[in-house]
Amino acid sequence: MTRDLHEIWVYLSASPLLGLTVTLVAYQAGYWLYRKSGHNPLVNPVLIAVVALVALLKLTGTDYLTYFEGAQFVHFLLGPATVALAIPLFQQLQQLRKSLLAIVISVTAGSLTAAVSAVAVAWALGASRETLLSLAPKSVTTPIAMGIAEKIGGLPSLTAVLVILTGMTGAMFTTYMLNLLGVKDWRARGLAIGVASHGIGTARAILVHPLAGAFAGLAMGLNGIATALLLPLLATWIF
Amino acid sequence: MLGAITLLLVCQFAGEAVTMAAGLPVPGPVVGMALLFVGLLIRRRLRAGESLPDIPEDLERTATGLLSHLSLLFVPAGVGVMLYLPLIAEEWLAISVSLVASTLLTIALTALLMAWLVRIPGSGPSANETGCGETDP
Repeated sequence: MTRDLHEIWVYLSASPLLGLTVTLVAYQAGYWLYRKSGHNPLVNPVLIAVVALVALLKLTGTDYLTYFEGAQFVHFLLGPATVALAIPLFQQLQQLRKSLLAIVISVTAGSLTAAVSAVAVAWALGASRETLLSLAPKSVTTPIAMGIAEKIGGLPSLTAVLVILTGMTGAMFTTYMLNLLGVKDWRARGLAIGVASHGIGTARAILVHPLAGAFAGLAMGLNGIATALLLPLLATWIF
Repeated sequence: MLGAITLLLVCQFAGEAVTMAAGLPVPGPVVGMALLFVGLLIRRRLRAGESLPDIPEDLERTATGLLSHLSLLFVPAGVGVMLYLPLIAEEWLAISVSLVASTLLTIALTALLMAWLVRIPGSGPSANETGCGETDP
C-alpha cells in the first residue's frame, strides 16, 4: 500500500500536472483569503501563493525547474495577457487622448525615480554591484526588466524575483500611500501604481476602478519602453 | 473565445517578429499590445456609421477574463525567489529598504505630478464624473 502510494507520488511529481495544479490551488487559496478580508491590499494573493508554494517545494525537496515544468503553462499566459491590455486602453481612449502629454511626463519622471532611488538606497546600505544592477529595472514588467538586466550586467532571474517583490509591495501599500497624500483622481492613482508596480499593481487597479486599471496598464507599457530606452544609457554613465 | 485567443497570440507573434527584425529594446508582447490597439482604431474608422460595438464582444469578454486574474500569472516567476534565498538573506536589509522606499517614492511622485498636470489646462472633467468602461462615441 505504502509502496503504491510512493509510486503514485513519484509518477505525479514528475509530471507537469502537479506544478500546474498546485499553482492554481495556492492562488485560489490566496484569492479566497483576499476576498474574505474584504479585498484588503495587505492580504495579497500573489504573496500568499508564493510563500505557500516555496514552503511546499522546500518541504517535499522539489527543485524549481521541476516545478516550473508545470507552472510554465501559467507563466506563458503573461504574453497574451499583456497583449489583452490593449482592450481596457481602447475603452478609455477619450480619457487617454485628453491627458497624453501629462501621462508621458509623469511616466518618464516616475521611471527615472524608480530606478535611481532603488539603486541609491541599496548602494547606501551596502548592496553588492550585482544586486544593484539587478535592482535597477525592478519597476518594469517582468519580460522587459529581464531584458534590461541582461543588457546592463545584472542577473535576469534575480531581477524577475525583485520585480515581483516590487509589484507586491506596490499593490499592498499604494492605497494607503495615495489616501495619505490625498490623491483622489483615478487617472493619477492608476498611473502611479502602473509605473511603480507594473502588472501586479495593474491587476489590483483593474479590480478597484476601470479608469485606474486602464491608466495602470498604459503606465506599465510606457514605463517599460521609457526604462528600456533610458536605463542602459544611465547605467553606462553611473557604473 | 477561440477566435479571441488566436487573435491575441497572432498579435503577440507579430510583436515578437517586429521586435526581433527591428532590434527594438521592447519585448514582443508590448509591441503586440500596440498592434492590437492600432488595429482596433483602424477597425472603428472603417466601420464608422455602422451601429456595431467598437470592440468585438468575444474579444472584450476573453480579454476581461484573462486580465481579471492577471496576478495569478506572476506566481510561477515569483516562486523563483527560492533560488535566491541565500543572496536575499545576505543583503536583506538593503534589498527590502530599497524596494519599499523606492516603490513608495515612485508612487507618490508619479501620482502627485499627474494629478497636478491634469489640472493645469483648467476645467478637465474630474475623475469621479467618468463612467465605467465608457467607449469613444
